[in-house]
Amino acid sequence: METIITSKILLTCAIPLVSALLIMASGSRPNLRETWSIAGAGLTFLSVVNVLPHILAGGSYECVLFTLYPGISVKFHLDGLGILFAGTASFLWILAGFYCIGYMRGLNEHAQTRFYVCYAVSVGGAMGAAFAGNLFTLYLFYEIVSIFTYPLVAHHQDAEGYEGARKYIIYLMFTSKAFLLPAMILIYVQCGTLDFCYNGIVNGIFPTETSRWLVTVSYLLCLFGFAKAGIMPLHSWLPSAMVAPTPVSALLHAVVVVKVGVFSTCRVMLSIFGTKLLHDYGLGLFTAYFVSFTIVVASIIALTKTNLKARLAYSTISQLSYIILGVAMLTPNGVTGGLIHIVNHAFSKITLFFAAGAIFVASGKKDINEMGGLGHRMPLTMLAFGIASLSMIGAPPVSGFVTKWFLALATMDLHNTLLLVVLLVSSLLNAGYFVPIFLQSFYGTPPAADAGQTGSLERSPLVMLMVVPLCITSLLSVLFGLYPDLFLRIINLMVGA
Amino acid sequence: MEQYLIHNHLGYPILSVLLCLPLAGAVVTLFLRGDTVLKTWGLLVTVATAAASLPLYSRFDLHTAKYQFAEVYQWFPFLKLEYAVGVDGISVLLVLLTTFVMPLCILCSWSYIQERFKEFIFVILVMEASMIGVFICLNTVLFYIFWEAMLIPMYLLIAVWGGPRKDYASIKFFLYTLLGSVFLLVAIISLYVKTGTFAIPELMTHRFGYAYQMWLFLACALAFAIKIPMFPLHTWLPAAHVEAPTAGSVILASILLKMGGYGFLRFCLPMAPAATLTCMPYLLALSIMSIIFGGYLALGQSDIKKLIAYSSVGHMGFVTLGIFLLNVQGIKGAMLQMINHGITTGALFICIGIIYERTHSREIADNSKLGMMMPIYVTFLGIFSLSSFAFPGTNSFVGELLVLLGAFSKYKLVGFLAIPGAVLAAAYMLRLLQKMVWSDSDGHGHHHDGGHGHGDDAGGHHHDLKDLNLREFVTLAFLTVFVFWIGLHPAPVLRIMDTSVGHLVEQLHHGMQHVPAEHHGHHALLHQVGEWFAQVRIFFAS
Repeated sequence: METIITSKILLTCAIPLVSALLIMASGSRPNLRETWSIAGAGLTFLSVVNVLPHILAGGSYECVLFTLYPGISVKFHLDGLGILFAGTASFLWILAGFYCIGYMRGLNEHAQTRFYVCYAVSVGGAMGAAFAGNLFTLYLFYEIVSIFTYPLVAHHQDAEGYEGARKYIIYLMFTSKAFLLPAMILIYVQCGTLDFCYNGIVNGIFPTETSRWLVTVSYLLCLFGFAKAGIMPLHSWLPSAMVAPTPVSALLHAVVVVKVGVFSTCRVMLSIFGTKLLHDYGLGLFTAYFVSFTIVVASIIALTKTNLKARLAYSTISQLSYIILGVAMLTPNGVTGGLIHIVNHAFSKITLFFAAGAIFVASGKKDINEMGGLGHRMPLTMLAFGIASLSMIGAPPVSGFVTKWFLALATMDLHNTLLLVVLLVSSLLNAGYFVPIFLQSFYGTPPAADAGQTGSLERSPLVMLMVVPLCITSLLSVLFGLYPDLFLRIINLMVGA
Repeated sequence: MEQYLIHNHLGYPILSVLLCLPLAGAVVTLFLRGDTVLKTWGLLVTVATAAASLPLYSRFDLHTAKYQFAEVYQWFPFLKLEYAVGVDGISVLLVLLTTFVMPLCILCSWSYIQERFKEFIFVILVMEASMIGVFICLNTVLFYIFWEAMLIPMYLLIAVWGGPRKDYASIKFFLYTLLGSVFLLVAIISLYVKTGTFAIPELMTHRFGYAYQMWLFLACALAFAIKIPMFPLHTWLPAAHVEAPTAGSVILASILLKMGGYGFLRFCLPMAPAATLTCMPYLLALSIMSIIFGGYLALGQSDIKKLIAYSSVGHMGFVTLGIFLLNVQGIKGAMLQMINHGITTGALFICIGIIYERTHSREIADNSKLGMMMPIYVTFLGIFSLSSFAFPGTNSFVGELLVLLGAFSKYKLVGFLAIPGAVLAAAYMLRLLQKMVWSDSDGHGHHHDGGHGHGDDAGGHHHDLKDLNLREFVTLAFLTVFVFWIGLHPAPVLRIMDTSVGHLVEQLHHGMQHVPAEHHGHHALLHQVGEWFAQVRIFFAS
């Protein structure tokens, strides 16, 4: 367990920012601009891979940049949990980078430079959050992500776009100012520091004599403060954010933004409060029941949506709560199941969103009822969609199964039938809203408007730029279902320590 | 007196130089001709003053709470009145803020002011001298003289170069502040009668009886609460801001309001510690009301300047909140918040001035959709707006955080009550930013209108707005440096005030516990009120 003090890890956060500047500078030359975007993504991922061996060996990296006040600093610390998130997000950014080109050019979108700049900065913000070494740094990058995703949500600059973006920013800013800020201050007043505890997940930073009341209030403020995690009742910004172009929904609102929320929640639960404190004060089980409500209700709402992106949005809300449910069960199996779902959900859900965007660009369809027979014209897309759906449902051998397996184990560890029932019911609901899409696309009748249209829609180069990434992500979903070892090793470093 | 001072050892009287440089510059303007010459001269003098003030920072002794760089000369020996100047960790920051903001005031008036240039530069320089005077003087008579001397140039700034309702606004400003000053004058005279000295450092350590402290506190607090301004005495501020020229607004926001906070720290807290303790809950309550009312009113404004003016009321609420928490974090936070407000709100007023010069309107609706036309301007506006609502990483965050830390570590309830203010700040600034950068939310925008890059037509009201010129860029870039510097590395600023604030709090707590007994006599009623106040405080604190 060696902690290396180095400014090398700043590189991962700096590369997206530098690439954003380069994108801005080459705004008038689309090819160069998009090269910078992809190069930024690739280099970011490489920089994460570069630090992986040391982390796998049980070490960590640390770097303090600025100190604002004793115990409050801009501090970076990379450990297993951070690299899990950073690696996932930066890898998917590469694929999303290609996908963006296909989507944005395919639809001839306006203000593409702004789009790519904000996209890169948002991912950079997520990297910062992943590497944050204390609550203040986490808060800083959390807020940066909020601000820089606003232009992406409002991208279309029409009434609907502004309305969605307004709701988005109000939810995120209100919760972070009203709940997160006081939570941070309360924690500082109790503990005298905001630095995370990296000594296993059992003990947090709270001194032993802290009053139960204060711990509970701080915890609840944190739970509701990270509204990006989409826990009900603070979830409705996410469906509104679907007015954004699909690459934004795919990378940001299925991976980066929402995972920053979930990651932050998990980080605070494990590295600030610690499982012992949460268990002693009954907060773990409370959280588990609380998010169970979200898991089930969001799935039920998803059933009622016929707009594909809206259905995916509610599915995301439901799936994010799995992660928190796992961690809230506070057992090693539960935490493993929860944290590994950060990766599993990312790969599967981005596939689904990529597919939705590809369908929209190729055929102009948004509504599920119009997608009858589409499987014959976009076979690769719909097959990938099917695989990713299986992952959401939790069927083997796709990666979602691994999550469900560990979560189910955890409910048995706790002898908690209710939570097991929640898992089973939600899996059925997932099947209920994903399987019909897949079946209809192959066996359904095409809508009258499409009569007589045949031939593949996946031939044009721009569409291929979108189809190839989604095939890769769906194949990786299967791969991670079969070989989850790498991620399990990383998580074990944290859980086992 | 001597034991409170460290005499100036720089080889030249730095504080007197700071005081005289702008004054001498003002006299010279009377003999100059031509707008460009005058402007350049004004800039030169203010920059020279700023440069001359630098040793205050670099040669400042961090380990003492005494008044440094002090100069004492006999003035009226029979009254024991001396010319005494000096700075401690609290005032030195405000002096530096003043000297650094003033060149920007000239820069932002470069093309804004169209007439009476000679008078303008003269007024600005006199203003600078009197503001520096308020912060450096060490006796009550000088304090009062500078305090009043500042009123007239400020009145002129609004009344001569102001907007359409300048007469109303300038008179209102003048009357409000004058009302406060009258009470201050009474307090100063009574202090002299009671103690026989005008020296502030001596008065600060003098132990007054409880009832006298109450009178003293109320008289001074009224003057300072008007100046800062505190709800419900804030109504002069929006009027003055809206009508004042950019430079006037910047001076008003960045420096004049700070005198209220400075007054509280210099007079109320050390001279009347027991009364401060008694009145604390009320001032905390008023502070919270300022924070929330200021924010709430800002949310409803359609005039950008009015919006920023009400936001100032909210920010100053955080300052008084920090001061009356009476702990180190709170007072440090309040001090930092004063500096930050000077930087950020000053910058926002400069931003408004820049856009007003282009569109001749301060209505939000007339200045929408600037994002496509003025990207550099919008970037600066974004930075200062974020700073204004205490975005982490910017200067205001550190100040607000310290105030809230002070609040939460003392009374959690007070902390929680102040949080809605922080939320409101985000709401009104983001609303402003959304409307100015993007559009009104009625959505005239268009979708899929083709074209790569950012060269699309924004469809706004103006098609010919020029982005920032070099002068404007430099002004805003200079302030941006401070936004991030204090936001990420506030130690150099906090370090300077460390000893002085620590000393003040120590003195305060000592003073609260040792109140000399006195015969109550006709003060009985007031004493009774004080008792009653104290009981409410105990209830409040429990």
